[in-house]
Amino acid sequence: MSSSCRRPEHTAPPDVFYNEEEAKKYSQNSRMIEIQTQMSERAVELLNLPEGQPCFLLDVGCGSGLSGDYLSEEGHYWVGVDISTAMLDVALDREVDGDLLLGDMGQGMPFRPGTFDGCISISALQWLCNADKRTHSPPKRLYTFFSTLYSSLSRGSRAVFQLYPENSEQLELITAQAMRAGFSGGMVVDYPNSSKAKKFFLCLFAGVTGVLPKGLGSEASDKTVSNQVQYSGQRCRFKNMKGKSAKKGRDWILEKKERRRRQGREVRADTKYTGRQRRPHF
Amino acid sequence: MKLLTHNMLTSHVKGVTKGYPLLIKATEVKVNEVEFNPQFVSRMIPKVEWSCLVQAAEQLGHRQDLPGELVPDYEKNEEFLKKVHRVLLEVEVIEGCLQCPESGREFPISRGIPNMLLNEDEV
Repeated sequence: MSSSCRRPEHTAPPDVFYNEEEAKKYSQNSRMIEIQTQMSERAVELLNLPEGQPCFLLDVGCGSGLSGDYLSEEGHYWVGVDISTAMLDVALDREVDGDLLLGDMGQGMPFRPGTFDGCISISALQWLCNADKRTHSPPKRLYTFFSTLYSSLSRGSRAVFQLYPENSEQLELITAQAMRAGFSGGMVVDYPNSSKAKKFFLCLFAGVTGVLPKGLGSEASDKTVSNQVQYSGQRCRFKNMKGKSAKKGRDWILEKKERRRRQGREVRADTKYTGRQRRPHF
Repeated sequence: MKLLTHNMLTSHVKGVTKGYPLLIKATEVKVNEVEFNPQFVSRMIPKVEWSCLVQAAEQLGHRQDLPGELVPDYEKNEEFLKKVHRVLLEVEVIEGCLQCPESGREFPISRGIPNMLLNEDEV
């Protein structure tokens, strides 16, 4: 496996991988903190909680409590579950507001039925797809997790998982076990055209079926009015109907900007000055 | 561990059907100030198992004058909500253990974090 060194799941089980050294990164590395907070923001947005109401939420794989900090900021109360004692120690040192539990998600969630108004999980679910011990069976552990989670959520609430799936089989296994446990819903992919900004969110509904939200930066969400013809500022380019446009030309620039926009990057708006040459200077 | 979390926790050892409420054996209890949010407390009261909460508060010696039965019209009774808030969110078990009422399995609590990990034969 060529990719195995890039995926932490392949190096060691989660309780071993997230040791003191790794845990320290989550309280010091500003880039890691920023990405974690961004993903929690998006996950909470997908949860679609009632506005202006403090909710009781579950954070699975809470780690050092970065996602929990965002929940507290929004005025919610939360309980975090994690398997790594080193990460939980960091959370204690950071004095997070939520309550913490040491637990393995594959052994099920030990809560009374209907406890939580929602559940979020940032980059944790993919760990369940690995068998770290002889007795571990990924499909079984996934099913135990989803079925106990389903019962601990109140009716009509959602669970949003941000995850890094390894391949499509893994995604299929995860969604199949979630559906077996009674959830409905599916995947929401943000910025599907970018390899870096692309993020997978598994959005599950407990009890009622809802409409799956659209991913950011995908074609469908950009169109606002569906029954009207889209206005386009560009002229028809019959010359370039096939193949790419000439390099460095205005059309080439416009195409490149469009491509970058699809990848979710920051791009300046197209104006009449786009691709124009500057006036000659001496 | 806050008593709100304790109120929601069950034992998930294999073969246990109810596993609730977990018995608290505390050796160290702390009271942490938390901002009072009447909306959240009154939202949580119907979810909370009242008798279990009173019993847990009694065990920790923080019951004070919490009534054994739920007060009607608690949403408007701020004094009552403050008492519930104190018990639910401010009283914390730091050291001790939780015991499953059915199997007798003990879950140790250290630095305020209950260890809910199971052994392989208990899954």
